[in-house]
Amino acid sequence: MFSFQLLFEAVVFGLLVGCFYAAMSIGLSISFGLLDVPQLAHPAFLVLGSYATWLLTQYGWDPIAAGAVLMLPFFFFGILVYRFYYETFEKRGSDAGVRGLAFFFGIAFIIEVGLILGFGVDQRLVEASYIGSSVELGDMRIPQRMVVAFGVALLLTTALSLYLAKTFTGRAIKAVAQDEGALRLMGVNPVHIKQWAFGIATAVTALAGALLIIIGPVEPSLDRVYIGRTFCVVVLAGLGSMSGTLVAGLILGVSESIVLTLFGASWAPAVAFGLLLVMLGIRPQGLFGR
Amino acid sequence: MNGRFLRRAVLRVLGLGAAAALAGTMATAFAANPIKIGMSMPQTGTLAGGGKAALVALRMWVDDVNARGGLLGRQVEFIAYDDQSSAATTPGIYTKLLEVDKVDLIIAPYATVPTAPLMPLVKERGLLLMGNFSFQVNHTVKHDMWFNNAPWNDASSWSDGFFALGKKAGGKTVAFLASDQEFAQNLANGAKGVAKKMGLKTVYEQNYPPSTVDFSSMVRAIRASKADIVFVASYPNDSVAIVRAVREIGAGDSVKIIGGGMVGLQFTPIMESLGSALNGFVNFNTYVPGMKYPGIDAYFKRYQERAVEAKVDPRGYYLPPYNYAIGQMLEQAITATKSLDHKKLAAYLRTHEMNTIVGPIRYDATGERAKPSVIQIQFRGIVDKNLDQFRQPGKQVVLDPASMKTGELIAPFDKARK
Repeated sequence: MFSFQLLFEAVVFGLLVGCFYAAMSIGLSISFGLLDVPQLAHPAFLVLGSYATWLLTQYGWDPIAAGAVLMLPFFFFGILVYRFYYETFEKRGSDAGVRGLAFFFGIAFIIEVGLILGFGVDQRLVEASYIGSSVELGDMRIPQRMVVAFGVALLLTTALSLYLAKTFTGRAIKAVAQDEGALRLMGVNPVHIKQWAFGIATAVTALAGALLIIIGPVEPSLDRVYIGRTFCVVVLAGLGSMSGTLVAGLILGVSESIVLTLFGASWAPAVAFGLLLVMLGIRPQGLFGR
Repeated sequence: MNGRFLRRAVLRVLGLGAAAALAGTMATAFAANPIKIGMSMPQTGTLAGGGKAALVALRMWVDDVNARGGLLGRQVEFIAYDDQSSAATTPGIYTKLLEVDKVDLIIAPYATVPTAPLMPLVKERGLLLMGNFSFQVNHTVKHDMWFNNAPWNDASSWSDGFFALGKKAGGKTVAFLASDQEFAQNLANGAKGVAKKMGLKTVYEQNYPPSTVDFSSMVRAIRASKADIVFVASYPNDSVAIVRAVREIGAGDSVKIIGGGMVGLQFTPIMESLGSALNGFVNFNTYVPGMKYPGIDAYFKRYQERAVEAKVDPRGYYLPPYNYAIGQMLEQAITATKSLDHKKLAAYLRTHEMNTIVGPIRYDATGERAKPSVIQIQFRGIVDKNLDQFRQPGKQVVLDPASMKTGELIAPFDKARK
């Protein structure tokens, strides 16, 4: 049942989903890509962001506005988490290997169980004018929620890229990823910079979490669905590259969408890891990694 | 003389004391040796919404039976572990229940996916397993000590009514959309056979992985296929996403009827959050307000009080009463056979009609319902953000079977949405 119209629609939809994937992964690109922190709890932070957004929408807030406002408390939450991780693992030099992973896995588990205790196991959805309606382009109907997620994701990626490239702190964050010792010689405390960067990475998950609950219903264990995809996007992009994260998200979204349309949905998840394997074989540093 | 009398009196008192002590010890032994019933239940993951609500009902039965003095003079102890809605965890959990907790009886977890891997285990060990809303997990294993509480049998008991309604509305072609897991595949494969028998032509088939994020692409493809009938076999998260995608993209003018096997659209929190997006969908169900069974109203009154406290489905029409019924069936079989022997209990369950709050239940040779009572309903007049509307009869109009019918199908789908 192939048609060029269907293929065209698949590409358009893939671009929209790809941008959403990039938004889901960009926080991880900072924490794991730049800071080398094994942030396994990143998808759980996203789900936490979704639930916090849901709470605010119960008081009449728009989900996007709620996600934006939540960035501030999430920033401080991120700082606290990193500080705890630093004091208990990094400082003692015991962050390597399984222990760091176990720490963040534990946090993810605590968040999941906490959400179950606090909210129950039922799905949560939000309402907004752009959810449930679509934009018509000729014969094509595009869900408005996808367009909104696309716009916000694009904005978020651009803002972060500019922040990291143009500001002193942004450049310091990039520097800490390259040479911590050199940064120290410049009179900058790398721990403070990493703490700040982890705060930003966590703040981003609040807005990305809002997008997550806009795209579809959320339940406490949803993080398990996103763990593979987010890590795949970050590694595919090249660790720490913001624009790379956007491009990798788009590649993943478009390939999944085309495979789904032409070959069947069952093959779509294999695309993420297939692409990852090919990339690791040809260019281990990722698309935009150095 | 006085000395002898005194000695006799002392001996008598001592004897009575010993007897009382023995009786006390035995009573303590019985109290300390309760009948253990164990199971795993999805308390996290995609099936948790149903699983946690079902646990409320099962615990209600345990409290009720213990208040009546227990079973065979022993109290009932209930053990339930979280299987995370995963098939990978259940064999380990049930091995622990049998080997470590030493349970006397086991109940299957809610749903097909977590139950399927248990079937070889129970068959090998010759254990009675009370099924819990799974679909065709026993059709290849053929365990003769399996009894499913669900009101269905094979795929025809589920999809016959749906396709007959579609055909009556003028449908000639079918599109299938099914999750790539045990339940949905079993159902979709059976439904394909039913559709073929009815002379319907398949124009679109899509299996999607359980991790699918959005269904817009698939709904677009269904629209492009111009199918008359769309049969969907999905799990709760997917069902919600599919309903939303249909609202946004539209199913197309050709569609007469859409739905059929969407799990989740029976859960009140999901129905409440989807609101008007549900209108027009036709889907299977097990109970809707207005259906009358002896004792069910009193049961719902008590369940709904507990459900609020437990933060689970506040109405609980779909799965919980059938879980309470599992307890009732076990109680009836144990009381009648005066035994916990699995073979005796299975023989009783196979040959007797069980009286439950969801009506009388009789089993066929495969341990499924001899007389299935799955209903196909159409959502009508649902408004957004209104929990109370789901208590009212008429919001879910029963279309099939004829004996339970409360209205006619409104078709095509677009008309039913208005």
